[in-house]
Amino acid sequence: MTADRLPRAGAGLKPEHQRHILDARPDVGWFEVHAENYMGAGGPPHHFLERVRALYPLSVHGVGLSIGSAGGMAPGHLSRLKAVVNRYQPFIVSEHLAWSTHEGTFLNDLLPLPYTEATLSLVARHVDEAQMVLGRRILIENPSTYLLFDGEEMPETDFLRALARRSGCGLLLDINNVVVSAANHGFDPRAYLESFPHEHVGEIHLAGHAVLENDGDALFVDTHDRTIAPEVWSLFRDVIARRGVRPTLIEWDSDVPAWPDLEAEVHQARSIMQMAGGLDARAA
Amino acid sequence: MPAQPDGNGLTDLQHRFAHAVLQAPLAVPSGIRHDVRPTRERRFGVYRNNVKASLAAALAARFPVVARLVGDEFFTAMALVFIERHPPHSPVLAEYGAAFANFLEGFDPAADLPYLPDIARLEWSHHVAFHSADASAADIGRLAELPPEALGSVRLGLHPAMAVIASPWPIVSVWATNTHDATPEAPAAGWTGETALVTRPHLDVLVQRLPPGTDRLVAKLAQGIALGAAAEAVSRAHDSFDLATALSTLFGAGAITTLSQGSSS
Repeated sequence: MTADRLPRAGAGLKPEHQRHILDARPDVGWFEVHAENYMGAGGPPHHFLERVRALYPLSVHGVGLSIGSAGGMAPGHLSRLKAVVNRYQPFIVSEHLAWSTHEGTFLNDLLPLPYTEATLSLVARHVDEAQMVLGRRILIENPSTYLLFDGEEMPETDFLRALARRSGCGLLLDINNVVVSAANHGFDPRAYLESFPHEHVGEIHLAGHAVLENDGDALFVDTHDRTIAPEVWSLFRDVIARRGVRPTLIEWDSDVPAWPDLEAEVHQARSIMQMAGGLDARAA
Repeated sequence: MPAQPDGNGLTDLQHRFAHAVLQAPLAVPSGIRHDVRPTRERRFGVYRNNVKASLAAALAARFPVVARLVGDEFFTAMALVFIERHPPHSPVLAEYGAAFANFLEGFDPAADLPYLPDIARLEWSHHVAFHSADASAADIGRLAELPPEALGSVRLGLHPAMAVIASPWPIVSVWATNTHDATPEAPAAGWTGETALVTRPHLDVLVQRLPPGTDRLVAKLAQGIALGAAAEAVSRAHDSFDLATALSTLFGAGAITTLSQGSSS
């Protein structure tokens, strides 16, 4: 375990960059991969990840377990995730507060959940099972959402706090998701972050989003296809200054840029973290 | 159905949600708040689009030559029909698309490109080879080291990434032209059928033509039949079969991993 090391800034590992990363060994703290991209038997994905893992700490981010499915998590998926975790020994394992599998059909997105006591029991049970099978604590990420349900019983921050307490899981705070959901549902992202249970946060995600305008109404969409918005940087700066520095990841999953552009975002996160860490040190 | 999502309510809600996400004509499912702008139709549309566009993009990346032959717009329309009829059943997206070639067989709007399903089979095998188990390819020199009397009884083990696709169309030529050349090209009149060999001896997936009868030899080797008996059976059925050419092609492509004597497993 390397959880006690000074939190650093990392990047999502993309096939487009892996040869360069192995050749140039850029100065970034760690890499994160989507677990589902490493569930094949062999070939280039494992070849390159083995080599990157030998040089950098790794985080495994699951996108397909479907922890919020009323009909049960994706069949057989937990054992596939366990195989990836056992093979690569990541310092963080995370998944999403979302669902994607229904009656054996996989809907390739992170679909939203109504925040009710019934959903909370279901999700806590699934997180429990996942942590039992994996033999370790996992982090659960706050989602970006585009709609709300009738009959919801609690705000997302209360849901996540209760989930962490009940299951013992940690949380992955995605600040871009907060900005996206806040814009889509008309709440203040600062108020959300004020009530977020930061004591459970083990990792922070930063990414870019799109704004889709139509007839004067805007929807923010969590696209991971561009640079991080100024508002996200600003909230990140505030959160870590007040709540402490955490391992922080730059996610860039579509329209992936040349490595230097992604590295520049990692370095920007790093300098913000160093500044916040410095303030911490002076305060202490 | 209860509007309040309780235990069973969540099952019902996810059932309605899942069906409406995949099937465009279905209305936005009940249980979604509608007292907010933008409209719930637009909001639900983001999920619909995320699911379908991401799957269509995955198929386009997996079947680039099919996409090139029909054009991007046609490919996307075709992919959306496929996604509705054959949605994925695993969160491991690398497993998605196995049914695409068979779907193309019955897809009438593409009927004037009859070679399309075999191109899709070749591209699927290429994709599977990329993710298949690793194994070290055997050098043909190992055959020469065998005493002559042992040659007939040797069994050749096939690489897990290896695949053979026989077609009445020149699929290797079409694939190569549309993978490496600037302008898309369909098979010209008078071209003959080709059998593709797909291998991945190390990191790169290789595609090449198999000489006549070699696919039959591979089928016999896969059954664990010894080289002598396998070659004899193929020679009887194919006048033009040449064992030396077949073996140098298979070993050269990294299709063979083991040489063993003794009974088949």
